[in-house]
Amino acid sequence: MTQEHRKAKKFGMVIDLDKCTGCGSCMVACMAENNVPFRENETDKLKSITWMRVYKLTNGKPYPKEEICYLPRPCMHCEGHKGHSPCVTVCPAIATDYDMDTGIVSQIPTRCFGCRYCMAACPYHARYFNWWDPVWPEGMEKSLSPNVSPRMRGVVEKCTFCFHRYQLALDKAYAEERRELEEHEYQTSCTQACPSDAITFGDLLNKNHAVYKLKKSTNAFRLLEKLGTNPKIYYLSSREWVRRAGDNYRPGEGTGKIKSHH
Amino acid sequence: MDSALIPEGVKRCPFPRFLTGLAVVGAVLLWGVFAMLLCWLKGLNQTNMNDSYGFALWIWADLAIIALGGGAFFTGFLKYIVGKDELKNIINFAVLIGFICYSSALLILAIDIGQPLRGWHIFWHANVHSMLTEVAFCLSCYFGVLTIEYIPLILENRQIDKIPFFHNLGHNMHEVMAVFAATGAFLSFFHQGSLGGVAGVLFGRPFAYREGLLVWPWTFFLFTWSAAAYGPSFTIFLTKLLEKVSGKKLVKDNVIDLLAKISGWMILTYTIAKIIDTWYWIKYTLPGTGFRLMDFYDDNMLYGLWILVAEIVVGGIFPALILITKKGRSTSSLLWTAVILACIGVCINRWVMVLQVMAVPVLTFEEWALYFPSWQEIATTILPVAYGIILVMISYRYLPIFPQEKELNPVES
Repeated sequence: MTQEHRKAKKFGMVIDLDKCTGCGSCMVACMAENNVPFRENETDKLKSITWMRVYKLTNGKPYPKEEICYLPRPCMHCEGHKGHSPCVTVCPAIATDYDMDTGIVSQIPTRCFGCRYCMAACPYHARYFNWWDPVWPEGMEKSLSPNVSPRMRGVVEKCTFCFHRYQLALDKAYAEERRELEEHEYQTSCTQACPSDAITFGDLLNKNHAVYKLKKSTNAFRLLEKLGTNPKIYYLSSREWVRRAGDNYRPGEGTGKIKSHH
Repeated sequence: MDSALIPEGVKRCPFPRFLTGLAVVGAVLLWGVFAMLLCWLKGLNQTNMNDSYGFALWIWADLAIIALGGGAFFTGFLKYIVGKDELKNIINFAVLIGFICYSSALLILAIDIGQPLRGWHIFWHANVHSMLTEVAFCLSCYFGVLTIEYIPLILENRQIDKIPFFHNLGHNMHEVMAVFAATGAFLSFFHQGSLGGVAGVLFGRPFAYREGLLVWPWTFFLFTWSAAAYGPSFTIFLTKLLEKVSGKKLVKDNVIDLLAKISGWMILTYTIAKIIDTWYWIKYTLPGTGFRLMDFYDDNMLYGLWILVAEIVVGGIFPALILITKKGRSTSSLLWTAVILACIGVCINRWVMVLQVMAVPVLTFEEWALYFPSWQEIATTILPVAYGIILVMISYRYLPIFPQEKELNPVES
């Protein structure tokens, strides 16, 4: 095995909104993969935990000109300026961290003491608080994933880009005396679950990965790019109104383009 | 019944009446304690907070009482550092109010966190980049300083003072109080500021985010400034209120006049700074984010432009103009109006910097998030008020809080 350090990566996603049908498979897969708790009554969506959430966007025009777009929103794993993502810098107990090796914003539930400052800092509402202890329907606890610890009441949780899958893939690669992973060896559960292949996941810095090319599309945009959060989720849409919905624009201001790629 | 404990030369209400008052406020306190225990034992699901409103009523109450309690550090700063000796006649009360405010703030924080037993993580795993870490450290240290400042007052109780050790301890603590006052002022400048920084650094929240100097956003300085400005007004308000309740004059007019004048000028300069900050934010910070001012003030039930006017004009310019004039300070009704408006003004500022920040949608496809607190949140917010009233009642009855009381209210023997 070579002793060289692995190259730093920036894992990210490109989500093609023209392909997304809003079926919600990504949400279900995410919840099952990551032992995301749910309650018997989930009508209050402001207290539901959905690491991956599919939003329904409309162009605001009346029928028959009305158009709809579904927008899956995982954690953006913002890089901010040199790793200063909005949520990471504010956490008083370093319970969340920006990993320079992977570009993943991690969450340490056992260190989090539930101040919710990170939630206040995140403009995407990608962070969720455990208002209750997780209770699984009888028998379901047997189907929980052994690779992800369930979180307890009073702490914040969020999408981790299925980081446990990365660790498992690395373990396998090490056993085979490799230090680098193939693109297919580390994929998030939402990516694999999407029936219309709308989600592409990979290393944004790796020229051989699909996301590297896709992010450069003229139809690519990121959410709230103007705020300087520097997210690693890219969206594609051929529709101007969808791209415009990705950010706030003053009247008369043209829809912006991505200024600096990862 | 308790006459042996009451300071010499002053008159207090009959013990049964005092006890009745204590019981009434105590019942409210117990209600708050019950709600607090519910939150601790059952968790924050007892509140109406949600994932859009992670910061809510408590955090506002926390910031508001810390700002109002700013009278303690600033009065101490004026007396011990600047040398305004007249303020020795109100400093005890300012310290007591500060002690109540800061102990309440710490209690609220302990209720507000999702895992209270892990509260120590903020010290043990401290992130030096987080404004909240700075708040936790400075707040705890300053509460320690306030406790040290409050202890000599307790030692002045007639019976405790008879014990030589406590008498000497109290005397010696008074001698070195300037050191603690200076330490308190230093700590307060930082934690008041870092509380402002908590909102100001949120670059993902354009309503809160401000540029600034080095690592400190402008809100850092504005919060310190406003606490120093409005805190003394709250001290005056409570002194006047206590005078009304007790039916006695407790502090001479020249002392109130001096503190009111300083508070007035501080509020005026703060309000000018706040106006400049708001103008700069509208003119230079917001355009880059794609937001317009009115994006934050329309299309919702609660947060109209009126709230900005109420904060800056009604709660800033009005009280400042009253307090900087001799006539305003010497006319009882005007003084009352000014200090009440001032207290409302700083509370509105803390409200918008916490709750409006959460309410404003940032993603274009989200809606305003509004919430109404649960009874448990309301009860635990009232809890510190009841606790404060009780502590003022007990301290006023048994401790020589107001040095001029005896002279202003001679008791006929």
